[in-house]
Amino acid sequence: MKLAEIKDLLRCEVLAGEEDLSIDISHVVASDGMSEILAFAKSKELMITGLTNIQSIRTADIAGVSAVLYCRGKRPDKKVIEFAKQKRIPVLVTEMVMFDICGILYNRGLKGVS
Amino acid sequence: MAMELLRENFQIQGRNFDKAGEISSEIKVILKDLEIDSACLRRCVIVAFEAEMNVVMYADRGTLALILTDKDITLEVKDEGPGIPDIDLAMKEGYSTASDEMREMGFGFGMGLPNMKKNSDEFCVESEVGKGTSVFARIRLDSHA
Repeated sequence: MKLAEIKDLLRCEVLAGEEDLSIDISHVVASDGMSEILAFAKSKELMITGLTNIQSIRTADIAGVSAVLYCRGKRPDKKVIEFAKQKRIPVLVTEMVMFDICGILYNRGLKGVS
Repeated sequence: MAMELLRENFQIQGRNFDKAGEISSEIKVILKDLEIDSACLRRCVIVAFEAEMNVVMYADRGTLALILTDKDITLEVKDEGPGIPDIDLAMKEGYSTASDEMREMGFGFGMGLPNMKKNSDEFCVESEVGKGTSVFARIRLDSHA
């Protein structure tokens, strides 16, 4: 599924990487624990988290995920968005809670990682 | 005998959460420029990042040495921190002594050391309570796990 479809489906706002919404997403990793993301991400996933500090983007970069989606309307500050742009990681935010996001994406055929 | 190709030493500043992870990002850039295999690079930077975060969270300061040979990448991380009283316990997934502040940073869920071990081909931890901890990790260049 294209990141652009995920954006529409989850009514997201794009905070960084508007030009990269054509990337394909097939797997998802979701957690507020960064070590959990590092342990399970295999690279190229969509990362869903409620943690909006600089470490979320740092983790995304180290783990090699394709994009970051912040849930429950949590917005990172400017410095974090700038850092994501610098690392070329698209960043989206939705008002939806993590459980609902995962349910919707699972129903559309996206897979988790383990 | 492996031939040493590169050695870089980094200083890690303890308790500085804003800068935490910068060294690992730098290592990623260095290894990428050297065209290290992507799976190997990924394992290496995950180990570096978890180790760096541990130093930032628990110690006043630490050092990280990155050594690249024609066969492997070695990371040696040493800190002046509180030390680990029971290393076997610390290696168990889910065991953590992290504070709420560390958890708010997204770390301290008891996965750091197990994550480092999982991503290394050779791994060992030495620690002395009240003095500090040393972590040694080696990742083979031909490993693609």
